[in-house]
Amino acid sequence: MYSSRIKITLRKSILDPQGKAVEHSIESLGFKNVKDTRIGKYIELKLDAASEDEAKKITEEVCKKLLANPVMEDYEYEIFNLNGNTGK
Amino acid sequence: MNKAKFGVVVFPGSNCDHDAYNVLKHELNQDTQYLWHKDSSIGNRNVIVIPGGFSYGDYLRCGAIARFSAIMKDIVRFADNGGIVMGICNGFQIVCEAGLLPGVLLRNANLKFVCRNVTLNIENKNTIFTKAYNGNLNLNQITVPVAHAEGNYFCEEDTLKELEENNRIIFRYADNPNGSLKNIAGIISKNGNVMGMMPHPERASEKIIDGNDGRHIFESVIQSLN
Repeated sequence: MYSSRIKITLRKSILDPQGKAVEHSIESLGFKNVKDTRIGKYIELKLDAASEDEAKKITEEVCKKLLANPVMEDYEYEIFNLNGNTGK
Repeated sequence: MNKAKFGVVVFPGSNCDHDAYNVLKHELNQDTQYLWHKDSSIGNRNVIVIPGGFSYGDYLRCGAIARFSAIMKDIVRFADNGGIVMGICNGFQIVCEAGLLPGVLLRNANLKFVCRNVTLNIENKNTIFTKAYNGNLNLNQITVPVAHAEGNYFCEEDTLKELEENNRIIFRYADNPNGSLKNIAGIISKNGNVMGMMPHPERASEKIIDGNDGRHIFESVIQSLN
């Protein structure tokens, strides 16, 4: 069993007004060193796959088809082996 | 004689389906039926209206889940063969997600749900959806309501260029309510048979409810089929 931990964010070229609003709030709390805030989604999948490669392949496909819209979003993910130490 | 057979799609969370049905069936006296999202075929319908609302609760992204419903598979096939599809508000988001129109509807730039009448400039009156604004009516601007939080149209630069060069932007906001690229309010597909718009023409189709500027969009489609 594997777990995919997927992060989806608005593409860098797209203004993130929610991130900006939060950034202003952080700034008004007195944290002057926070320079950029981007808000995204976190999605976790539990996968029954024969190998890490297969888990990766499935995750990639699910991201492409459904979880992220490439016109506005970027995604990245990490795969974890839930069966102990056989994987990375 | 009316040749139009309208199908109004109903998803869990659609909430403008009855408005669209009412205008088509009772105001314009058209053959109109609902199509349930689980239906695998649009049957004998020759115009599909994908109405506004919050299909599947807007989970994940607006329109992202509706796009994979059973009925959408047949609607994509229908559109690819030249069938007329109108995506209104959430329907616009759904047809974009389904790849029938390019681009995406982002969160409104001011993060607010905007619900008010807006003025639209009609940019192209030679389409299936706008031809009735020619002739005696001769309207260049119309007033219709918007009601959305994700209506901020965005697309890549080359897509925008293509849309502009081929007159595919059919409505622009006179006073942009959501930050959309180049004030885009509505576009059509390359072949002109699929239209998506954020404003709600079905909410401005009866004199009794303050204006019927939107009604002519449906009349255009009816004219196009007759």
